Amino acid sequence: MWDRNQMAARAALELQDGWYVNLGIGIPTLVSNYIPEGVEVTLQSENGMLGMGPFPIEGEEDPDLINAGKQTITELPQTAYFDSAQSFGMIRGGKIAMAILGAMEVAENGDLANWMIPGKLVKGMGGAMDLVAGVGRVVVVMDHTNKHGESKVLKECTLPLTGKAVVDRIISNLGVLDVVEGGLKIVELADGVTEEEMRAATQATLV
Amino acid sequence: MKKVYGSAAEALDGLLFDGMFIASGGFGLCGLPELLLQAIKDAGTKDLTFASNNAGVDDFGIGILLQTKQVKKMISSYVGENAEFMRQYLSGELELEFNPQGTLAERLRSGGCGIPGFYTKTGVGTVIADGKEHKDFPTGPNGENETYILETGLFADLAVVKAWKADATGNLVFRKTARNFNPPAAMSGKICVVEVEEIVPTGSLDPDHIHLPGIYVHRIIQGDHEKRIEQRTVRSA
Repeated sequence: MWDRNQMAARAALELQDGWYVNLGIGIPTLVSNYIPEGVEVTLQSENGMLGMGPFPIEGEEDPDLINAGKQTITELPQTAYFDSAQSFGMIRGGKIAMAILGAMEVAENGDLANWMIPGKLVKGMGGAMDLVAGVGRVVVVMDHTNKHGESKVLKECTLPLTGKAVVDRIISNLGVLDVVEGGLKIVELADGVTEEEMRAATQATLV
Repeated sequence: MKKVYGSAAEALDGLLFDGMFIASGGFGLCGLPELLLQAIKDAGTKDLTFASNNAGVDDFGIGILLQTKQVKKMISSYVGENAEFMRQYLSGELELEFNPQGTLAERLRSGGCGIPGFYTKTGVGTVIADGKEHKDFPTGPNGENETYILETGLFADLAVVKAWKADATGNLVFRKTARNFNPPAAMSGKICVVEVEEIVPTGSLDPDHIHLPGIYVHRIIQGDHEKRIEQRTVRSA
């Protein structure tokens, strides 16, 4: 089974040289620590920045320079800034090659739910709906089951959707699944995980 | 035509009325028009509708107007950082319209550009699409139809905006990610009031480096900004 860092490292292998990508909050943020040698990617932050750098060292925090998670960050030599309308113009316009984000549930047709649980505190979708509808490829990184041991990889989502038929690939602690005609296809199993274990933890149809 | 005013209260004089619709710049606490929001609080204007990506925190940004119950409705994409907001929302005192972040930005921009509606794929198949016009366009990779929904432009009575520098004619320069929603909010307003850290002599800004031309800006003030950091995050040196 993969831990958070191993999932992030596996997700980093999805990156291709020259791509502009958007990384979500949580495990997807860790992906930037594992970008393979020789692969140059530019990270977009949807609050208006291309070329996001690492967190600042203490004393160099700038209140005018934050990421979409509101954390202080730094710029790089190639950084460019723009407003929110242009930022989502490049997202909606398909200029961002890939988004890597977390999820509460994914269905076998690529439906994604990651923004609200009815009856619980609703904070809002932020930019997630725009990202999954607009970018070239959507990769979900998440634990395969919830804290009650129930599958998060379902025939149909039970939670309100963030996007319909938008997910291309799931990277979980158990392995890698692709959304294909008729269901999900096992692409890879995590270290020490058997196909039986993957099948047992997956409610969705595996083809 | 004089655009520079002495204080936030002076700059807002005659512009505020109960029940008005205000577009505000800012992302989280970054690039917030903090002086103008404080002046709106001091003016006591009520039943406000705000188009703003976030609702501030309890004691900063739009949060200070929630404390005084001056806000009737928020149009926002993410409101997670504000306990008083949640209390008023859950008790039914406050209306909330969630917009996907890019849809909100484009609604502000297009309102300011005289575009009353636009089609977007964002939110198709979700609760955001409920009750909205759906239309197919042949935009797929092989010319196949894809479904879009109609979203409307926002036309605000007033925009409150924070920039880094302005000249006396209202040409604006923003700094780093503090630009965010400020230009689209400015464009959406019938009247736009801007607070800046520095008003520079006209002619000292490079005309090729102006982010928002003064045509969108009606009143300007210079002031001292707290510029609070919401999530101070550092790495070891």
